[in-house]
Amino acid sequence: MDKFMVDLQGSLGILKNPDVLSYLLQGLLFTIGISVITIVLSLIIGAVLALVRNYCTSGPARILRSVASAYIELFRNTPLMLWMFICFVMCPAPAVSKAFAEMLGFTSTVAVKTLFKAIVAFTLFTSAIMAEIIRGGLNSVARGQFEAAYSQGFGTMQTMTLIVLPQAFRNIIPTLLSQMITTIKDSSYMASLVTVELMARTKLIISKANSYNGTWVDRFDRGTINVTDVFVLFGFAFLVYFAINFTLSCIVRRMRSRKRA
Amino acid sequence: MGTVFSAKAWATVWQYRATFLNGLINTLESAVVGLLIAMVIGFTLGLMATSGRKLLRGIARVYVEFFQNTPLILQVCFLYYALAYSGIKITVVMVGFISLGLYHGAYVAEVVRAGIQSIPFGQFDAAHSQGFGYVDTMRHIILPQTVKIILPPMVNQVVALIKNTSCLYIIGGADLIATTYNFVTGESTGGAYGPAYLVGGMLFFLVCYPLSLMAGRWERKLKERDKITVAPETTDEGKGAEA
Repeated sequence: MDKFMVDLQGSLGILKNPDVLSYLLQGLLFTIGISVITIVLSLIIGAVLALVRNYCTSGPARILRSVASAYIELFRNTPLMLWMFICFVMCPAPAVSKAFAEMLGFTSTVAVKTLFKAIVAFTLFTSAIMAEIIRGGLNSVARGQFEAAYSQGFGTMQTMTLIVLPQAFRNIIPTLLSQMITTIKDSSYMASLVTVELMARTKLIISKANSYNGTWVDRFDRGTINVTDVFVLFGFAFLVYFAINFTLSCIVRRMRSRKRA
Repeated sequence: MGTVFSAKAWATVWQYRATFLNGLINTLESAVVGLLIAMVIGFTLGLMATSGRKLLRGIARVYVEFFQNTPLILQVCFLYYALAYSGIKITVVMVGFISLGLYHGAYVAEVVRAGIQSIPFGQFDAAHSQGFGYVDTMRHIILPQTVKIILPPMVNQVVALIKNTSCLYIIGGADLIATTYNFVTGESTGGAYGPAYLVGGMLFFLVCYPLSLMAGRWERKLKERDKITVAPETTDEGKGAEA
């Protein structure tokens, strides 16, 4: 029991280390940044896919519709990890200057490139989910809205941008927010490619916990990684993810119940 | 993707077809066992969440919120590391079963809860008035009616579960994704990127797509039926792609 307390003190010491803490919090910033970029990009791509799948129903445009449908079904029925790996090997990445990499806090440009590839994969994957969410929103707009808009002389483009899309988006705000939760959680998939976001950084710190938890003596006695390190560090990560996502899910619940009322 | 057209790369993949098949079997095995655990947890928690007892409802709520709001990868890693560093010998496969089961249990619980809550309260009253106890009410009156509502989202959960087996890669699992990745980066087999990913992806798609299709069809049928029998006030929200 005594050893346990000592171990625990050591483990808590890791989190009190300002270098470690700032390293982890930077990871959190990356997690949030990556998620926001992904959400925004996939919202745009998803909207296009949804519009095409829903409204390109006649003439030669039907080919586009099949393409959009195929894209959506393909990505929804295969795992994100697959696309991460595919992009990791096959996606071209822009040349990155050393200065830019250092500005982001990386020592090598390779990490930045991998991050770019991972975001591409993440966006491609999330776009398909977004498309289905937006399609749900589009279908929730009553048909009469289209007819009313046309009768007032609105063109197709105007009807879409001024009448239908705003209503569709308003209807799916709660669903989009809960997709944000999923995206924040899914960003942890990147941990298998590159050490950037919170999950990967936590894992890295645990693998080096012996140099932070006070058990390190010298280069012959490198100390040990204790189970308390695992609990404290992963516990910290759990807490951070939970705090963000639980807040979001409370907002979602609130919106849904207000809508029902 | 250049290697897609390379006959040699395809030949390598064909030569190692057993590896891919093995990966697929591992993935399906994790999914099936994970699903069984998730069902047990999900139904228990779902019943707890709809029971009148505050304590039981609270426990179910805490469980669901915790598992739905933290990443599966983190849960997998935590379980694996925590057990490994406390000296408990456990295989990667076991960690996979348990963590997938625990994680999806939370989602199944929500599905079950929604199913039970969709049954009009009068049904409970009617059952009680006829002398049915809790267990009998659930078994004979409530749960049979929820099956139709529960089934489509449950099938979606199965699809998510199959896809999520890929998380096990991070602890060195032998699922289909890990197998494919190890294949394309392996020393003796490396390089056949195009064909290998195509095969790996296709195997996933072949398993998941029919299930998704089935779930979608049931869901639509259910909505049509609702439109006929119930006042059309049900909001058509986008199918949440949660999990």
